[in-house]
Amino acid sequence: MAAKGKITINQGLCKACELCLTVCPDEAIRLSENLNEKGYHPAEPAKDSCRGCALCAVMCPEAAIEVYRG
Amino acid sequence: MKAIYTRPKSLKPVSNHYCPGCGHSIIHRLVCELVDEMDMRGRIICIPPAGCAVLAYNYFDFDVCESAHGRGCAVATGFKRAQPDRIIFTYQGDGDMAAIGTAETLHAANRGEKITSIFVNNAVYGMTGGQMAPTTMIGQKTTTSPYGRRTEVEGYPLKITELIATLPGAAYVTRTSLATPAKIRETKKAIKKAFEVQMAGTGYSLVEVLSPCPTNWKVSPREAFVYLEETMEKEYPIGVMKDNTTKKDK
Amino acid sequence: MKGTDALGEAAIRAGCTCYFGYPITPQNEVPEYMSRRMEEVGGVFLQGESEIASINMVLGAAASGKRAMTSSSSPGISLKQEGLSFMAALELPAVIVNINRGGPGLGNIAPSQGDYYQATRGGGHGDYRMPVYAPASVQELYDITMKSFDVADLYRTPVMILGDGMMGQIVEPISLNERPEVEIPPKDYILDGAQDRPSRIVKSLILDPAEMEEHNWKLKRKYDLMAHELPQWEEFMTDDAKLTIIAYGTAARIAKGAVKRARSEGLKVGLLRPITLWPFPEEAIRSLAKKTKLFLVFEMSTGQMLDDVRLAIEGRVPCEFYGRPGGVVPIPQEIARIIERYWLQKEL
Ligand SMILES: Cc1ncc(C[n+]2csc(CCOP(=O)(O)OP(=O)(O)O)c2C)c(N)n1
Ligand code: SF4
Ligand code: SF4
Ligand code: SF4
Repeated sequence: MAAKGKITINQGLCKACELCLTVCPDEAIRLSENLNEKGYHPAEPAKDSCRGCALCAVMCPEAAIEVYRG
Repeated sequence: MKAIYTRPKSLKPVSNHYCPGCGHSIIHRLVCELVDEMDMRGRIICIPPAGCAVLAYNYFDFDVCESAHGRGCAVATGFKRAQPDRIIFTYQGDGDMAAIGTAETLHAANRGEKITSIFVNNAVYGMTGGQMAPTTMIGQKTTTSPYGRRTEVEGYPLKITELIATLPGAAYVTRTSLATPAKIRETKKAIKKAFEVQMAGTGYSLVEVLSPCPTNWKVSPREAFVYLEETMEKEYPIGVMKDNTTKKDK
Repeated sequence: MKGTDALGEAAIRAGCTCYFGYPITPQNEVPEYMSRRMEEVGGVFLQGESEIASINMVLGAAASGKRAMTSSSSPGISLKQEGLSFMAALELPAVIVNINRGGPGLGNIAPSQGDYYQATRGGGHGDYRMPVYAPASVQELYDITMKSFDVADLYRTPVMILGDGMMGQIVEPISLNERPEVEIPPKDYILDGAQDRPSRIVKSLILDPAEMEEHNWKLKRKYDLMAHELPQWEEFMTDDAKLTIIAYGTAARIAKGAVKRARSEGLKVGLLRPITLWPFPEEAIRSLAKKTKLFLVFEMSTGQMLDDVRLAIEGRVPCEFYGRPGGVVPIPQEIARIIERYWLQKEL
């Protein structure tokens, strides 16, 4: 069974490039309905399926994602 | 819970000016991760280019010296000769490195200057608005090749990395891509190795990184990463072109 | 000692540890001398792939906190302008030597003063100035080279030494004076790795026009300070001179000979020799304008410093010009004849 993971997204930095969504194997990220200060719909954790693989963080150009596992 | 990935300390806690999905931001992050992991902050100096990365000093929390368009490798040479124990790297776009700065780059490599160049190939002039670069793909439309790059008019994509790999002064020469998380990890490894080669004093090290410019390619970030893998990597095959460190001493 | 050797030796003794250059006649003796001496003193000598590369290497060494220099001749100096503009903007100290040859274009390799405008107007793009020294003897070349490194560090500016092939080739006895004791402010701008200190940036890009304007005014205040503190010149028999020649460098040596000749014939002629071309010794010229009846500017060009002289005297006294461009070096008799002609013509 995959380890349980968690991500936090600094929404102020996010530019909604969607690259994290593309690489996430578990559809654990989605775009928020809300706008951030830059006028983007920032990414946010979607459901509890995150396995903490950090692919999203490796991809994120804004270094906006932090990943935890445990 | 244990932190698996956190933002590198030497990446200033500010938002950057790069477009959404720009490869520069990813490479900046990788460099900063390495500066932290290899504890280089106190001895590393970056020479950014004229190009989209000109403002790198707003993001890198270590010493940074501006350079005129294309002169990075000459400035880096001055730094390295004056301070041989410091780690000096240039960060250059394809116009900066392979057009206006060809001479400076080639000769620094040929002298075996103990510096590292991170060469961000996005096949266009990003900063000035998407004009043709020496690395623009055949048929690729840019603002100054509106009919697509024609070899009989504009010549061929310049493979300066292959060229440099032929020089005895170059110790480690490789091309990587940002197309997938795995390739991004490979890129980080390559840059790490390039720094190590510099520290070992083996010679010039160069990492060309194929990098998306969604804005001037006029596609979404997602599409840009697909183009990177499916089209650009065909013209510019990734992989190590030269690695002197694996050779046995005579 | 030969001019070029005196120049190199003075640089070494001034603590210059980094030389970068590219061969061009008539200054090749400088890099040749430096290639030998830098090795002996444990400094850096590197022949760059071009003048553009060399000046940018100087930039890197200067930003590292080292005393750095480059030398070249006219066409090469044109290529260095980009780097010079950057160094002025970045406020990085260095010494740049131009052994001026005949031009424009490839021109020739004979002594000329055709680069006066390029040197004194900054030469590169943007609103900047840099001190320019024009020595006229081997001893002075030696002393000024030493001083240039101090001026560069004191004001954080590139400094140019403008000579010509004659200056470089001449052999004269000199005394290898010790480096003067000058207190140099700590170099708190250099990049050597952010060890136990905040990271530093050396940059000239200032996108906000208001901020850029402020930077320009800041530089201007520095240039004003230099204009106040740096002017240097020599006067020769100017006290009672009715005709005053103004000439610099090699031209001034020739003019001095002509003045001596004229004096031996009873003509009250003097010479003012600017040693700094920028800042130009305008005050000195202005005060002479109160005494003398006629200025005669002599240059080995078609007339460039002439503009600065005319600006300085503000039309108070007539000012004539005699020039020999293209690498022609006249003998003192020729200048003496010109003096006589004006003496009679203007009924001095
Ligand atoms: C001497 C000079 N010529 C032209 C420019 C304008 N300029 C700035 S960046 C650039 C090209 C940038 O393209 P590239 O090097 O590919 O970097 P990118 O912006 O794509 O990252 C040009 C032409 C300049 N700054 N200086
Ligand atoms: S850590 Fe992995 S599983 Fe979790 S959100 Fe990121 S990509 Fe998806
Ligand atoms: S990759 Fe980063 S910037 Fe892009 S959408 Fe995800 S969190 Fe936002
Ligand atoms: S123009 Fe291209 S290279 Fe420049 S920031 Fe935007 S995406 Fe990046």
